Amino acid sequence: MPRPPDARPDARPPLLALAGAGKTYGGGLFHRNTVPALQPLDLVVDGEQPPVIAVVGESGSGKTTLGNILLGLIAPDTGSIRFEGQDVWSLGRAARRGFRRDVQAITQDPFSAYNPFYTVDHALTVPLREFGLARRHAQAMELAAAACDSVGLNPADTLGRYPHQLSGGQRQRLMVARALLLRPRVLVADEPVSMVDASLRATILGNIVTLNRTHGIAIVYITHDIVTAYHVADEVLVLHRGVVVERGEAADVIGNPAHDYTRLLVSSIPWPDLDRRWGDADLRGAGRDAATTSKIQETTP
Amino acid sequence: MSAPAKTGGLVVENLTVAYPLATATVLGVDGVSFTVRPGERLGVVGESGSGKSTTALALLRLIRPPGRIAGGRVMLNGTDLRGLDEAGMRAARLRVVSYIPQGAMNSLNPVKTVAAQMRDAILDHGERVAPDAIARALEGVDLPAGTARLFPHQLSGGMKQRVCIAIGMLLRPQLIIADEPTSALDVVTQRQVMGTLGRLQTETGACLILIGHDMGLMVQFVDRLAVMYAGRLVELGGIEEVFAAPRHPYTRMLIDSVPTFENRGHFVGIPGTTPSLARLPPGCAFAPRCRFAMELCRQVVPPSREVAPGRSVACHLEDVPLAPPA
Repeated sequence: MPRPPDARPDARPPLLALAGAGKTYGGGLFHRNTVPALQPLDLVVDGEQPPVIAVVGESGSGKTTLGNILLGLIAPDTGSIRFEGQDVWSLGRAARRGFRRDVQAITQDPFSAYNPFYTVDHALTVPLREFGLARRHAQAMELAAAACDSVGLNPADTLGRYPHQLSGGQRQRLMVARALLLRPRVLVADEPVSMVDASLRATILGNIVTLNRTHGIAIVYITHDIVTAYHVADEVLVLHRGVVVERGEAADVIGNPAHDYTRLLVSSIPWPDLDRRWGDADLRGAGRDAATTSKIQETTP
Repeated sequence: MSAPAKTGGLVVENLTVAYPLATATVLGVDGVSFTVRPGERLGVVGESGSGKSTTALALLRLIRPPGRIAGGRVMLNGTDLRGLDEAGMRAARLRVVSYIPQGAMNSLNPVKTVAAQMRDAILDHGERVAPDAIARALEGVDLPAGTARLFPHQLSGGMKQRVCIAIGMLLRPQLIIADEPTSALDVVTQRQVMGTLGRLQTETGACLILIGHDMGLMVQFVDRLAVMYAGRLVELGGIEEVFAAPRHPYTRMLIDSVPTFENRGHFVGIPGTTPSLARLPPGCAFAPRCRFAMELCRQVVPPSREVAPGRSVACHLEDVPLAPPA
């Protein structure tokens, strides 16, 4: 029985809470087929001890729908999303503005996040002034430079440039810097490292973990990559076709997976380890395995 | 060492790709040499900008002007790919050398069915389309025959990547170049797609080059590993040796940047950024980021030297395996 998130009279309501929130697409005039993207689920993002929660799933698992619900971009059609106990979809103007600042996003594609007509400073300084964190431009630039420093970017090499002049890794680290600047309380990062190299991946994930550990920002890390989830998260939710098939403490879920799908995921991780070869079938011998065939049959339209 | 002309498989010698800039000429690939025997899998790793994709495009002779292949030899089973004329090279692509791209979703024609795209590929190379050719090609990548009638948007990412592999294998090429074929896929789909690719390659005995940056995937899939940095090949050897006992500090750092199962939550990025190819330091390009850099490294480009049969490294350090930092 899902407990309503505000049923604890003694405690403050959790920062962000989903209760039975689900979403079905389609069913409109031209689309008689409905697609349940996300089955109702409960999720609590605690503000007192901000966690790193990883949502792991393949494409079509509903993980991005979940992220968009958390960001208040998609309204769940069952259940609710509450921010400090208040329904996000019935917030007043001022409260909604507060929600927008407190719940920030890092997207997958670090290029489309910037307006190509402005230098990257724009993406950092506009929200600063918009949310009243800096009064003058000079002050905003100072804060922006400090944020660059803290994610290991040299402000002189990055600020004042256009997005296309920066590498993908620099653009994505700048997005992390932006998140740091606004001091949100929740950061929803949807595939933040799927478009950067492995060596930079470590750096950016390190930056994100630092946001959590030293700045107390709760992180919802959405990914198809169970390996990085294992390294980053406290709690892991495994989504498969809109259903949470397994959730729990990250080391536990990956170290000791209970559900068949999670087991398949874990056995498919390409560990950089000569003694820990791919699942049961060593692909250098390259045979087809039962899991492969059955999965394909399932996904055939 | 045997004479390269006699060796079957792919022999690349001193491959150089140059891009003329206003002030200077930049080498995107700088004197790269390696071989891939038939049935062998070579992994090529490096950060973005290291020249790994440029090397692949050079093998296909698809470097866009003003860039050009400035030197070197590319022999595939005795045929000099650089010696072919444009028409000959066009015919050789797909038939002899096939390329499996990174973003399968952007490589398929959105307004043609899978079957139509496969038929096009076969007809364009002047072959007859056997009645069951398409069904067999799809079966080869574990897709049901019904996939032939579908359009790309009706397929999942993994299925699209399989279709790309099926197209790439239609004419049984002698060399397959796969450029990060699974970077957008989840681990389960990745394992299936790599399994399919590996099986087809084993069946046909083709040479395979896998380009990527995921050391984990390399450990699982390839036989030999080439590490590139700033357009140069810095280390080459069997995957077990390179992975267990890397000789180049850059290889060491690449390996350490991938967190292992035991090392949970431990992130070690590679400090600094890749140098601009237009402003390479005078000595070793990696020296500014290297914790072992000596005076010599800042002055002299380390030549690639063979430290064991099939194992080479371009570094001034003494030839010892590098342990991970404490």
